[in-house]
Amino acid sequence: MPINYYIFLAVALFCIGVAGVLTRRNAIIIFMCIELMLNAVNLLLVAFSKMHHLALAASNATAGINGQIFVFFIMVVAAAEVSVGLAIIVMMYRNTHSVDVNFLNRLKN
Amino acid sequence: MNAIIFSAIWGVVMMFSSAFLKNKNAIRLLAITGAALLLALNILELYQASQGVHFLSIDTKGMLAFETFGMLANTVAFASTLLFLLFSAKDIEEVGPNSGDYFALIFFVLCGVALVTSYNNLLMLFIGIEVLSIPLYILTGSSKRNLKGNEAALKYFLMGSFSTGLMLLGIAFLYGASPTGSFFIDDIGIGHGPVSPLFVVGLLLLIAALSFKVSAAPFHFWTPDVYDGAPTPFTSFMATVVKGAAFIAFIRLFADSFGEAQAQWQLIIAIIAAATLFIGNITAVFQQSVKRMLAYSSIAQVGFMLLAILSLKQIAQDGIILYIAAYSLATIGIFAVLGRLKDQTYEGFNGLAKQHPVLAFVSTIFLLSLAGIPLTAGFFAKYYMLTALLQTGKFLWLAIFAVLCAAVSVYYYFRVIQAMYFKEGVEQEIDASAGFKNLLIIDVILIILLGIFPQVLINALSILYL
Repeated sequence: MPINYYIFLAVALFCIGVAGVLTRRNAIIIFMCIELMLNAVNLLLVAFSKMHHLALAASNATAGINGQIFVFFIMVVAAAEVSVGLAIIVMMYRNTHSVDVNFLNRLKN
Repeated sequence: MNAIIFSAIWGVVMMFSSAFLKNKNAIRLLAITGAALLLALNILELYQASQGVHFLSIDTKGMLAFETFGMLANTVAFASTLLFLLFSAKDIEEVGPNSGDYFALIFFVLCGVALVTSYNNLLMLFIGIEVLSIPLYILTGSSKRNLKGNEAALKYFLMGSFSTGLMLLGIAFLYGASPTGSFFIDDIGIGHGPVSPLFVVGLLLLIAALSFKVSAAPFHFWTPDVYDGAPTPFTSFMATVVKGAAFIAFIRLFADSFGEAQAQWQLIIAIIAAATLFIGNITAVFQQSVKRMLAYSSIAQVGFMLLAILSLKQIAQDGIILYIAAYSLATIGIFAVLGRLKDQTYEGFNGLAKQHPVLAFVSTIFLLSLAGIPLTAGFFAKYYMLTALLQTGKFLWLAIFAVLCAAVSVYYYFRVIQAMYFKEGVEQEIDASAGFKNLLIIDVILIILLGIFPQVLINALSILYL
């Protein structure tokens, strides 16, 4: 399949994530949308990795492997971020009994 | 390499210290010792690199490159951290019951600092930025019962992860556009045929994400809220050490790659710099709280630092180190004073000169340095940035605009000085020990020394390397 299909799919998933972050008010859903953005990037990296592998395999048998390794790092870091993010959301819930980000306007005044 | 390994190990030591040491003073002493050792090890590495010896050397397959520029930046960051801990370690203890953990997180941030000043590969840039950011999300929300702190932490976290997503998409596009399928910054930009659309989108996303991390306009909107909501000592740390490190990451990325697309990205950076200078300075004028004013002023200072990216010559690299040093010294000092005041609006400073002349005097020097008045370090920092910009022969309009904005900044810095010296205030108790005052005076002496002999810092540090 041409690489463009993968690019369009990944960009579409990414844009759904961005739209979710910008429009939703529930902190957990915003958080899920951020994960969606990261996974769109994972998909794109794997697709590019395969593309580079097909193009360069003749001269270098391991060409394109670095893209797949990058994906593992993104997964690990995303997991670390989730643990911190959920802790912050739980902390906020304990104080306000809500996970609505409309609560985030105290600092303005 | 010393710095990366040692800061990570010391972070773990600090975590255990809070479990095994009951005495808070011991924990504080351990943290300060750690910062001092980290600084010493980093200078040792700078020295040893010149001799061709390596104390700890691990084969990173070229993913990390320990060059003078990065290690000078590390030295400035670690020295600022040491100063910050000496000033604020007591304030950190008052944030919550787990002071050992806060110190541990600070050391993990320093590990991220050492990564982003030496990366040579976009994978390491990503990991460095995350190692830098994740502990900061926790530190921002460390005051658990404080609603403003919660709000700041959640906002910082959501915005920060969002910008990470943008950065990753940018990296993926650059990877796709690179003909050899490489993440090395030497390979992605220069001399590989015409610029493809994938490359341009990737570059734009990366600029947006990094502008976010250094809080340049129009990606600055999280900064005032987060700086205002976070506990004051951590605001001081975020505004100096972390911002400086993120900036070094920015400059490294552009210094070693993207030569092909130079004319295009330079204009974008110039526009971002102009917008940052304008928004930072103009909004700072209207703030009532000094803490918020300092947040906007830190945005304005980023506008000046961005000028270095347009030049990328030796003078710009020296200049940015000097700028970060000057800015960190002054900002850590003024936040240390601010942290001791009960009322953090302009009124809180009223009549400070009569009751606490030393505090008023040192604050004046810090503010003068931030405004860039001659004889303070801030003057030469700004001077270097403008010289570097003018040497490129382009962007004269930006240099003129930057000077005008610096003139605006004098207004809001002098408002604080005016409040201290020319207004009557109520009597206030300030917990300032003799040691704290001596430290402030040392900080002032450093600022004035850098303001008279700006080359001293760069020479003293790079002489080790020669």
